[in-house]
Parts: sequence; C-alpha cells; structure tokens
Amino acid sequence: MKWINKNSSFLLPTVTTIIAFALWEAIVRFSGWSNQVFPGPSLVFDGLIELVADGTLFKHTVASLYRVTVGFYLAVLLGIPLGIILGMSRIANEMFNPMVQFLRPISPLAWIPLAMLWFGIGDNPAIFLIFLSCFFSIIMATAIAVRRINPIYFQVATNFNFNRTEIISKLIIPAIIPDVITALRLSIAVGWLVVVAAEMIAVQSGLGYLILDSRNALRMDYVMVGMIVIGWIGLCIDIIMQKFCKPKWGAY
Amino acid sequence: MSYIEIKNINKSHYNKRNKKRAPDDSTKIGFIQVLDNIDLSFEEGEMVCILGPSGCGKSTLLNIIAGFDTAYDGEVIINDKKVKHASSNHIFVFQQNGLLPWMTVWENMELGLRNIQDTEVKNERIMEYIELVELNGFEDHLPSSLSGGMQRRAELARALAVKPDILYLDEPFTGLDYLTHLKIREEVVNIHEYIGKTMIMVTHFIEDALIMADRIIILSERPGRVLMTRKLDFPRPRNINKDRGLSELRDEIFLMLGVSYVA
Ligand SMILES: Nc1ncnc2c1ncn2[C@@H]1O[C@H](COP(=O)(O)OP(=O)(O)OP(=O)(O)O)[C@@H](O)[C@H]1O
Ligand SMILES: [Mg+2]
Repeated sequence: MKWINKNSSFLLPTVTTIIAFALWEAIVRFSGWSNQVFPGPSLVFDGLIELVADGTLFKHTVASLYRVTVGFYLAVLLGIPLGIILGMSRIANEMFNPMVQFLRPISPLAWIPLAMLWFGIGDNPAIFLIFLSCFFSIIMATAIAVRRINPIYFQVATNFNFNRTEIISKLIIPAIIPDVITALRLSIAVGWLVVVAAEMIAVQSGLGYLILDSRNALRMDYVMVGMIVIGWIGLCIDIIMQKFCKPKWGAY
Repeated sequence: MSYIEIKNINKSHYNKRNKKRAPDDSTKIGFIQVLDNIDLSFEEGEMVCILGPSGCGKSTLLNIIAGFDTAYDGEVIINDKKVKHASSNHIFVFQQNGLLPWMTVWENMELGLRNIQDTEVKNERIMEYIELVELNGFEDHLPSSLSGGMQRRAELARALAVKPDILYLDEPFTGLDYLTHLKIREEVVNIHEYIGKTMIMVTHFIEDALIMADRIIILSERPGRVLMTRKLDFPRPRNINKDRGLSELRDEIFLMLGVSYVA
C-alpha cells in the first residue's frame, strides 16, 4: 500500500491513460468506421514508429518548438519590461493601454495574411504570430501585477532609501513574479495552440504542417500521431513551467 | 523650537464612496476629513504615545509626520527642516506587512544597514538584534514561514537595528501574544532609556501608553483633534496597579475614550 501512496501521482494518471486507450480501441471496433476514417491505437502506434524511424516527426517537432520558443522569448523580453513601465507610469499607461486593449482581442490568426506578406514563407511569420499571441497578455498581466503591489512595500522602500534600480530589482520584480509566471504559463499554452494553426498556412514544416500534409495524403493515422505529440508536448511544457517557475516565497 | 513641530495639520482622504455628509459639513463631496487642526510638538529623545479610537486618523497622522504622505494642509518641521519625504534614519514600523516577503529575515534586517561598509560589524549588529527579539535560527526564513508574532518581532528588530534618530511605531504589538507583548514592550522601553532616541508610537493599548510614555496624546473620534496631552513623570519601572497616580490616569483616559466602566 505504501508503494501506491508514494507513487500515486504517477500511478493514477497511468491507469486513466490505459483506460482511455482501451475505450478508444473499443469505439473503433464497434463504431463500424473504417481504419481510414478513424484509426485505432495500434495503427496510430505503427504510424508513430514509422514517423519516428524516418526522422520526419523529429524534424517537425523541432521546427514547431523552435518557433514557439523564439516567439515566446521575444514576447517575454519585450512584454515584461514594457508591462513594468505601463504599471509604474500613469502617463505611459494612459498613452498605451487603449492601444494594447484594442490589439489584444484580435486573434493572432487574423494576422496571418499580413504576416505572410511581411515575412514571406518560413519561420518568421510563424514566430511573429506566436509573439503576438503571447505579447499582449504578458504586457497586461505584468502591468496589472505591478499595480497590485501592496503600497506598504513602496513605503518600506522609500524608508530604506531604495534608488530607482533597487525599486525595480528588489521590489517590483520579486513582487510580480508569481502573477507573471501564471501569465507566462497561460501564454505559452496559447502560443503552442497558435503555432499549429500558423503552420497549417504559412510554412512547410512543423507539426501543424505534418497534420495538414497527412490529411491531404489521407493518412489519418499520421494526423492522429501529430495530435498526440502536440498534446503530449503541451503537457510537458506545462509540467516544466510548473516545476521550474515556482517562486520560493509562494503567494502572499 | 522643538525637535518635531506639527503645525495646523488638516487632512482629508478622498474616496469616491464618501457620498453622504451632514448638511453643515463643508468638506467637498468624496472627501472625508480625518485630521482637524493638529498642533503638536515633540522634544528630542521623547517617547510619545498617541491614543485614540479606531479610525480617528492615528496612522494617517503618523504617515504625515514620517513624510510618507505629503498631501495635507499644514507643516511638519523636524530639526528646523520641513519634512518633504521619508528619511532613512527615521524608521517606520508598519501596522501590518512591513517585511518584504521575498527577502529572508536576514536580508530584511540588512535593508536598514546598507550604509555600514564593514560586513563584520554589520553581521554582528544583525545578530545582536535577532537575539534581542529571540529569532535565532530563523535568519534564513522567509516571512511567510514565520508566525504573525514572529513577523512583528522581525520587523521591530529591523527597525531597532538601524538605531534611528526617530522611530515611528504604528501599533507594533498587535498580533503578539500577551507574554511576547510584555517582553518586547520592556525591551523597547529599555532601548529607549539606553539610546535615548525619539519614539512616537500609536497604540490601542492604554496600559502600553501608561507604562512606556513620557507623554500621552489622545485624539478624538474622526476627524481627529487633540483631546489631551499629558506629561507622565512617574518613576520607572512603572506598575499601574501599584502606582495610584497611574491607575487614576488610566481611569481618566478610559472615560475620555468613552469607556466608563473598567473591570
Ligand atoms: N487611503 C485612504 N483613502 C481613503 N480614506 C482613508 C485612507 N486611509 C484611511 N482613510 C480613512 O481615514 C480614517 C483614518 O484612518 P487611519 O488609518 O488613520 O485610522 P487609525 O486611527 O489608524 O485607525 P486604526 O486604529 O483602526 O488603525 C479612516 O476612517 C478611513 O476611513
Ligand atoms: Mg492605524
């Protein structure tokens, strides 16, 4: 029993996954659809082996991950400092907040035509779309987090004579980290959603392209391999973000 | 000219929810008058306790004297200079959450001692005050892992370690258990006797004021006016129950604050 308790965070998901696969197989068997329309787990598994063996899966996965990583990093690098400025300065906020609020609800997918026109075909338009999909939520979340900082901490900072750099490095940044991390987790998930859509249109590689290309070749087993890998990587990203981005002082 | 001069301070807080007002009230809609013509002066080295009903503007007054709040009418003059902002040798102990939660107790203590170059001197000073408030072993803890009372003690230690010219204390003992309260109170009294620096303390506890203060100031209900200032020349250590003068003063203050019967 001890063994189960200790490993239950591992054991329970494994059990539900096995059940899900069994259900999948059962539905395929009894639905009467052909394997072309709804391939079962074993067929998809074969497809997975094939795609791994010839290196396609690896190539496409790396392409997608690369785009998300670059787009996300750009959004973080620009969004957090700009968010801090927006949160600290009333004037900056009044100038730019309406613009951010206006651009934010425009789906990144609506930018695809312009992105392709501006950046051609290849990595760049996809990176640009990922950037857009992360940037606005990061900037907003950062600005709000700055404004939510308990005013007493600013009083403490003035009392102990913090200069401007110290106010940013010892007060604002540590204070907003918990909120910003939540925003990063959400926005990288959105970025991962968007990259697949972008790759279906703007590029010739990546998991999105794999799915589209396989559909054109009527290989639904490859389509499902693509979907499974996308879901699995999304899960991994979230686990990694959760593990490594836990602020040590917790919520306060 | 006294060390600290407070001249004709009037203060209104703005809050958009302040809609109702009496017909004879002349303050603008949205404003609520908190301090009404406060005129006070404090001597150097004096320990002053400010008492008053909840919400009467004690924290507001202390924030104004300390230079955190500059939106008021009137003047605060410390050492012949008009106060325009907070100063790093006038330390404020906040009513709550004064420790920076992302810094350990030790790092918090270091905040006020950053001008000490010699790390050995600095570390010794920090240890001295950590021992004073009995937080040995918790130097590397974050505030969130300390109890409420321990957090208060850490903040007090942080303030005292600076040996500030003026110490502002906004209800520093709330949240402490009774024994710790008494112990820390005694320490503050001892430190005050020993270093002789000016301390201005806001408190709810009349007993604290009677035991600690060189002078007691009582504010009225909001808008706060000075109801009474009284010098206390009682010898120390003080004991309210054994000193007739003190217990009579206590009853008088209770009456003034609207409590007519004290068990
Ligand atoms: N930031 C603020 N904005 C608007 N009104 C405020 C603000 N701070 C305080 N007030 C008002 O000012 C009045 C006095 O507040 P203050 O905090 O000075 O009271 P206090 O005497 O310290 O009370 P307590 O003993 O409960 O701490 C309160 O009635 C409150 O309504
Ligand atoms: Mg108060």
